[in-house]
Amino acid sequence: MKARVTVTLKNGVLDPQGKAIEGSLGSLGFEGVEGIRQGKVFDLDLSDRNEVQAKSDIEAMCEQLLANTVIENYSIELL
Amino acid sequence: MKSAVILFPGSNRDRDMIKALEQISGQPVATVWHTETELPQADLYVLPGGFSYGDYLRSGAIAARSHIMPALKAAADQGRHVLGVCNGFQMLTEAGLLPGALMRNASLHFVCKEVMLETTSTNSAFTSHMEKGKVWRCPVAHHDGNYFTDAETLKELEGAGRVAFRYADGTNPNGSLNDIAGITNAKGNVLGMMPHPENLIEDLHGGLEGRALFESVLQSLAA
Repeated sequence: MKARVTVTLKNGVLDPQGKAIEGSLGSLGFEGVEGIRQGKVFDLDLSDRNEVQAKSDIEAMCEQLLANTVIENYSIELL
Repeated sequence: MKSAVILFPGSNRDRDMIKALEQISGQPVATVWHTETELPQADLYVLPGGFSYGDYLRSGAIAARSHIMPALKAAADQGRHVLGVCNGFQMLTEAGLLPGALMRNASLHFVCKEVMLETTSTNSAFTSHMEKGKVWRCPVAHHDGNYFTDAETLKELEGAGRVAFRYADGTNPNGSLNDIAGITNAKGNVLGMMPHPENLIEDLHGGLEGRALFESVLQSLAA
């Protein structure tokens, strides 16, 4: 089974990379971009297990490694 | 003072650290590969600088989950001294031995230069024999040194004198909160710092300012 984990910076955490990307879009002429936050996406390929188990396994993976919960949030999608 | 340096794939300041420790302690320095699960007896364990695992995922994140880490956490719990410099500081935060996180430098640039540091607390063995308030030169070389933590933790760090070093004279190279360059844990036996004191300990380095920190540990342990 497949799953996708999206890791984003928490509100209030400065994102200098997002700012630089925002500036670069501005210099390409894209108008009206009022903010960009850079994040990460992980596509997981898991051996078969039920959805409840999968979610709880992936949550543990996020807590222990995929996200740094000091600065990041994560969301889990089963695909 | 017996010391041991823990090595990871991608460590590159390990030799500088070993040399500094050997020169200052006058004793051979043990090295420990990250796949080990036990540490040799030592008074001071050091996580050196570098780019462990190529900074994949987050700087220090993979190294912080390596096999040797439970032993290092146990040693810290027992009151042994642990120093993390640069990538070592990043590992200590990722491993939960120190609070907060080291984020990408606000400038987005890798910075390799000298900064000025103020010794802002002499609460720990690392700084107890240093002069409080003294401003000294120290090299930095990092891309992710922008210290961040939540407001509550920041208050605790400041209130308890756990900010050991702060960038001084407007030389903050990375945008860290409150100009933080190094912090200790609550017990004061774990120090993480971005600057490299091991690179300013002999005349050929152009200065000796970095010695004071190692000498402080030496003197604290001898006391």
